[in-house]
Amino acid sequence: MNIIACVRQTPDTESAIKIGGDAKAIATDGIKYVLGPYDEYSHEAAVQLMEKNGGEVTAISFGPERVKETLRNCLAIGAAKAVHILDEDASHDDALAIATALAAAIKPMTYDVVFTSNKGTDSDRGLVGAMLAEKLGLPYVGLVSELEVEDGGKALVCTRDVEGGQREKIKVTLPAVICAQKGLREPRYASLMNIMQAKKKPLETKSVADLGVDTAGAVKLQVEKLEYPPQRPPGRLIDGASVDEKVKELVRLLKEEAKVL
Amino acid sequence: MGNGIWVVGEGKGDELSRATCEILSEARRLAGDDKVTCVLLGTGLTAQAAQAGKFGADEVLACENAELGKYNLEIEAHIVAKAVGDKKPDLVLVPATTHGRELAAFVASRLNLGLASECVALSKGDDGQFRAVRPMYAGKVRVTVKFTDSGTRMATVRPNVLAATETGKAGAVTALEFSKPEKVGAEMVTVETKGDGGAVDLSEASIVVSGGRGLKGPENFHLVHSLAEVLGGAVGASRMVVDAGWKEHSFQVGQTGRVVTPDLYIAVGISGAIQHLVGMQNAGCIVAINNNPEAAIFKVADYGLVGDLFEVVPALTEELKKSRN
Ligand SMILES: Cc1cc2nc3c(=O)[nH]c(=O)nc-3n(C[C@H](O)[C@H](O)[C@H](O)COP(=O)(O)OP(=O)(O)OC[C@H]3O[C@@H](n4cnc5c(N)ncnc54)[C@H](O)[C@@H]3O)c2cc1C
Ligand SMILES: Nc1ncnc2c1ncn2[C@@H]1O[C@H](COP(=O)(O)O)[C@@H](O)[C@H]1O
Repeated sequence: MNIIACVRQTPDTESAIKIGGDAKAIATDGIKYVLGPYDEYSHEAAVQLMEKNGGEVTAISFGPERVKETLRNCLAIGAAKAVHILDEDASHDDALAIATALAAAIKPMTYDVVFTSNKGTDSDRGLVGAMLAEKLGLPYVGLVSELEVEDGGKALVCTRDVEGGQREKIKVTLPAVICAQKGLREPRYASLMNIMQAKKKPLETKSVADLGVDTAGAVKLQVEKLEYPPQRPPGRLIDGASVDEKVKELVRLLKEEAKVL
Repeated sequence: MGNGIWVVGEGKGDELSRATCEILSEARRLAGDDKVTCVLLGTGLTAQAAQAGKFGADEVLACENAELGKYNLEIEAHIVAKAVGDKKPDLVLVPATTHGRELAAFVASRLNLGLASECVALSKGDDGQFRAVRPMYAGKVRVTVKFTDSGTRMATVRPNVLAATETGKAGAVTALEFSKPEKVGAEMVTVETKGDGGAVDLSEASIVVSGGRGLKGPENFHLVHSLAEVLGGAVGASRMVVDAGWKEHSFQVGQTGRVVTPDLYIAVGISGAIQHLVGMQNAGCIVAINNNPEAAIFKVADYGLVGDLFEVVPALTEELKKSRN
């Protein structure tokens, strides 16, 4: 099974996010970039499918030069090769633009499954995977938390939880785009030896011009301004001599002050 | 006069989802004198169509077909994209749910339309342009976006952030033609209701009670369930609880779980790590119950109760039961 893992480089979730001077983007100094937390699961699912069924995993990422570091990391955790679609323009970090560029790069490749994951923890968007499937003319299953190979590798049965406590099982014929939910497969970490070996694996760079894609033209959204969400007013600790007193006071406050009961 | 605003609704049985009602109300507000249209796909849509009218739809486009009894992304996207491409509404709004998100993405990609996802506010400026406010960086930042193209724009809207208000009366129902793509690659095999999901859905709940590692083990989680039950709320969990296998991932609140915006959020035995806070800090009122007065959760809590959850939670549940009667 040949598998493509789309990976997004994102700021470490511990990074302090500060709005930059022009209020159009965040200040990038001091930010540590990592493989997106959700992509850790999808990449691992790709590697495990490959380990079970043969074939190879290609990691692919769209973004500026720094993205190469994340792709090297993927090569150290099981990908055989990596493709970097280089685009330095931060305003091209747009779902349609990314999906268009990824689709152009993926179309000529041979593959059975393309993995993406729930969302970028920076973009908070959750769109690129489905848009990529649509651009490739392939079926898509979002937010998959469990999957099994069926029909001798021709299909996958995917399980996912949707709103209202419903669990869906969806059978999808391959090739298809699968979007992983957290926990699909527990990620592995690279050993020093893996990291050394990864340096010898192929990492190809393509420009959007090489792919014949007009990323700028595909962008349909423009950032007007960034703001911090409204700060919560400081709260208070509830006084009381006993648990009972505190609980009674809490219920009173919820009813009379917060008016939420 | 523009081409109006469309809302692609969701519902179950005779009822529209609460998110759909919220978005219809918002569409009504944004549309001014323009038409609001609700698109519904499924079977037995009469009651849902009438409800759409009450929440502001002037017109309902209903596509009824047995094949739509089970959700299918490719078929729904095919029908909606065709209708949107045909009628070119000014704005198409979709609930930001598992189904809504992917449906909106397919339609936007097919027609190359700008799609702002997970929006928490929408507006129309003096320049006549729609703007959307959406989170970024797991909600640490809010961004206002504008659409660069003229023509149809799209947005998915988060449940539970906008108010649902009944304004109108049942509008005209027009049939929307069913058709399907030549090839459908994915098919629903089964849909089942999970046993321990709790009665109320996490992302739409107006009250959420979440439990953390302070509960010590899955055998104590019933404390959280009982409290949620008296409040008519949904149950949530921290990632520690999910990673330890006490609860499934669908319960997780936070950066790698659900983002919730209930009127009341009660955190029980949760420390308040930043990755948890970004999932709940926009709740209307936050209550924290923790035995460590230094816990970070108290920094965002409107009401903090320092104490042993094993004493506090049962006492609180009892007190609420009493005050009900
Ligand atoms: C990439 C990434 C993504 C993450 N995403 C998420 C996410 O989506 N959601 C999430 O929740 N976390 C997430 N985390 C994990 C997060 O960093 C914390 O580890 C986690 O939220 C802690 O869970 P907790 O509060 O239940 O446990 P702890 O941090 O162990 O806190 C337990 C709390 O219970 C209190 N306690 C103990 N005993 C009692 C008692 N008897 N009575 C009252 N209080 C008591 C303690 O004082 C403590 O504050 C993520 C982490 C990373 C790195
Ligand atoms: N720049 C990118 N390069 C490769 N894959 C991406 C990129 N951006 C997003 N993805 C994939 O698409 C998913 C959804 O991204 P988003 O729509 O940004 O939330 C991510 O989790 C990744 O799997």
